[in-house]
Amino acid sequence: MEKFNIVVFSGDMDKVLAAFILATTAASMNMEVNMFFTFWGLNVLRKKKFTSGKNILQKLMNWLNKSGASRLPLSKFNMLGAGPAMMKIMMKQAKVPSIEEFLQLAKGLGIKMVACTTTFSFMGFTEKDFIDGLDSFAGAATFLQLVREGKISYFI
Amino acid sequence: MKADETLDCFGLLCPMPIVKTAEKIKAMRVGQVLEVDATDVGIKSDMPAWCKATGQEYLGIEEKAAEYKVYVKKVRQ
Repeated sequence: MEKFNIVVFSGDMDKVLAAFILATTAASMNMEVNMFFTFWGLNVLRKKKFTSGKNILQKLMNWLNKSGASRLPLSKFNMLGAGPAMMKIMMKQAKVPSIEEFLQLAKGLGIKMVACTTTFSFMGFTEKDFIDGLDSFAGAATFLQLVREGKISYFI
Repeated sequence: MKADETLDCFGLLCPMPIVKTAEKIKAMRVGQVLEVDATDVGIKSDMPAWCKATGQEYLGIEEKAAEYKVYVKKVRQ
């Protein structure tokens, strides 16, 4: 089966939406899809929590760096959350699935979700900070091997 | 054109018509024809592309007042 791989580095709602659109389409085109979430992208897979982390810096950063697929900022016109709120309404009006809905759709299509272990560690996350159904935790070599075997690989 | 199954994708934007088509085709039998009713103009180029990628047969499109009926025949599992 042809492989489609995508690194989700960004935690911006608009960019993550683009990643999910491509990933779900690739899965619908009979491709094996791997989504590798790293850095801010991990926020998509984090549970909605006040904060997490093991020390004060991590706790402060993870409070600022809001968790949860429903709380992603926009890469433009974020305006302290007013932008994403408007965008969510516009998406709903146009029947475009939300990021949470895309996440469920992606799981249903058998898309593999991989979380980056490096970000995981230096941000002080634990497995309990993440939603259920994550396929694995892995590093760059795992992704690069998928890229070597893959037909298409993207980074967003 | 006569179809065995119809899929309502009115008002849905990319990628939903394609995602739903893939799901629907999976549940159909080889030889059956699916009619996809859509309003997203992207379907005009997306459905032939999807058929090319999956090896299903693209039968054509009927266009009337910004509404599209696209026909796909399932020719393989």
